[in-house]
Amino acid sequence: MKSSSPTEPRRGFLVASITGLMGIISAALALPTAGYLLGGSKHKRPADWVAAGDIAKLEPNVPEQIVFERIRRDGWKTVKEKASAWMIKTGEKEVVAYSPICTHLGCAVSWDGAAKNFACPCHTSSFGTDGKVLAGPAPRALDRFDIKIDGTTILLGEIRQSDKA
Amino acid sequence: MIKSARAWMEERTGLESGIHHFLNEDIPASSGWHQVFGSIALFLFMVQAFTGIMLAMNYASTTSEAHSSLRYILTELTAGRLMRGLHHWGASMMICVVVLHMLQVFLWGAYKKPREATWMLGVVLLLLTLGFGLTGYLLPWDNRAYWGTVVTTQIAAKAPVMGPYILALLGSQDGQIGAVTFARFYGAHVLILPAVTALLLFLHVYLVRLHGVAPAPVETAPPIKFYPRQVFKDTVAIFATFAVLFALAVAVRVPLGKLADPTDVSFIPRPEWYFLFLFEVLKYFEGPLEIVGSMVLPGIAVLLLFLTPFIDRRKAIRLRQRTGAIGVLLLAVIGWGGLTAAALSSTPHRDAWKGFSAEEMAAVGNFRRADCWKCHASSPGESRPGPNLADIAVLRDRDWLVKHFKDASGEAGRSMREIQWKQLASFLPKLDDDNVSSLHAIPQNLVAGALVYQQNNCGACHFINGVGMKTGPPLNGVAKRWDRKWMEEHFVDPETKSPGTIMPAYKFSPSDMTSILDYMMYLTD
Repeated sequence: MKSSSPTEPRRGFLVASITGLMGIISAALALPTAGYLLGGSKHKRPADWVAAGDIAKLEPNVPEQIVFERIRRDGWKTVKEKASAWMIKTGEKEVVAYSPICTHLGCAVSWDGAAKNFACPCHTSSFGTDGKVLAGPAPRALDRFDIKIDGTTILLGEIRQSDKA
Repeated sequence: MIKSARAWMEERTGLESGIHHFLNEDIPASSGWHQVFGSIALFLFMVQAFTGIMLAMNYASTTSEAHSSLRYILTELTAGRLMRGLHHWGASMMICVVVLHMLQVFLWGAYKKPREATWMLGVVLLLLTLGFGLTGYLLPWDNRAYWGTVVTTQIAAKAPVMGPYILALLGSQDGQIGAVTFARFYGAHVLILPAVTALLLFLHVYLVRLHGVAPAPVETAPPIKFYPRQVFKDTVAIFATFAVLFALAVAVRVPLGKLADPTDVSFIPRPEWYFLFLFEVLKYFEGPLEIVGSMVLPGIAVLLLFLTPFIDRRKAIRLRQRTGAIGVLLLAVIGWGGLTAAALSSTPHRDAWKGFSAEEMAAVGNFRRADCWKCHASSPGESRPGPNLADIAVLRDRDWLVKHFKDASGEAGRSMREIQWKQLASFLPKLDDDNVSSLHAIPQNLVAGALVYQQNNCGACHFINGVGMKTGPPLNGVAKRWDRKWMEEHFVDPETKSPGTIMPAYKFSPSDMTSILDYMMYLTD
């Protein structure tokens, strides 16, 4: 004979089972979803070295924006795109290359010849030729590219994030 | 704190009392395990919506990028295969559960007055479910998707009077499908169908509540509450369903085939299993009668299903008093099962590598010769030191690959020539779920034959599977034209067999001769 309302311990078991099973299902979906949305590509690989300008053509200690072409994996696409770096020749065989991206919120910085600094047009951060923050809200110095010199060709690699100031 | 928040919410939205009202519905005491299917179907719909949204988060809905973005999901993202597996198998299980739900309602006579509208809405929901399957089938944009949908649109095109308009609506032009059809199917799959289905589901559940759960012929006990006893049974059934779905998604790989290729005439289109019976019906109606199989019969079947509550108006709900209804049901099941079985048994199985050119076959030979398989497995789940080629997509460019081959192959790779490395480097990025098994599955004698074929540059005059020159006879079907002995003698001295031929004589070593003859005799079509 079925009673119309289950007795208390039995009711407790039913409710606990419902909650538990639904919890397991939710977890079985939520955990993979977290990996799926947050994990990014499993096949990360370092950027290839890419030729960007000729060191012989750079004037010593004068920042110059060098535009180069690189191939980048963009999600499921492999794109060929233009990118640029601010380069300063610091010696016969030495050059530093800054990423043109302001470390504050990602606007492109440009060289202000009069003020002798890199200026961000968005929130007036400015950076010296050593990359360090001179003024404004930028939290750290400009990021630098890894650099190799092959003959007189400048090769750019990964962008290294600068330390927090 | 929580208590006051709940009170605040209750006062403003009535949420809690609403849930209570929903859960404390009276249902007949006879309710039980046979009534869990509706809840499972609703649950699966939610799983489909969830996994569908997740797939959309990494999917580009255009013909130019759909395939590569899905490949990205499968080969580069954590749990990407799981998401697609859940969505794919969830669709199949949805069909099963919806049909079981209808069977239960039919057997229990629960479609009878006053529940006719609930039944009819259910039939529309079944059609919407099939619509999801049909439109979703195109979205991977591989050969399976493309050719399956070509057939579907061509069936629709044969509709009297309406044909051209349906075709235009499906975005098909000149019998081809492309970007427009794809966009329409995608739009239907993710915008129209989910919205309409959600609305009708709501109405369906509303009607179930309005009329109450159908009682047994004789109810001996007073009604019980929906919660917790029936909710418990529903939850256990849902959990079991989910466990099966999850296991399928993990264990059974859903292949992503070759990118849709309108010129690939070797592909044999087949629809999803739940449409196979319709596919089979079309074989029995030819010429002007075709429309009977493609439109008239399915149309009548859907109409009969839709009008079931009005065709069977008798009040009897006990099975024994409804022999007619049971007979019809049995006939339908036998008909569906028979047609599906016939379609399955007539589906030819063709290994993807059977369409390989000699160069691709030889690349497999070089993969084995250079011992690449010692580090790289080619079946899912197998573990070797290097990346498993069945689990990843080869995305490196050719120069990188050639350098990697030379660096990594060691002693076994010494005898390889530059051109052979390059051919292997061109071949590996073409691997997909359908053909990756070729690396271990092609019989070694055929692979060795293809290597001999490549080394002697036979492709400069001959043609196999779409690659080569046609100065000499194309070699597909050569095994049907000549026997092995004739071929061997022809290699040794072509002039004796075909006077005036420009083919030079080939003095193969005995083992090379065996290999190339094996390869030639395999070319039967």
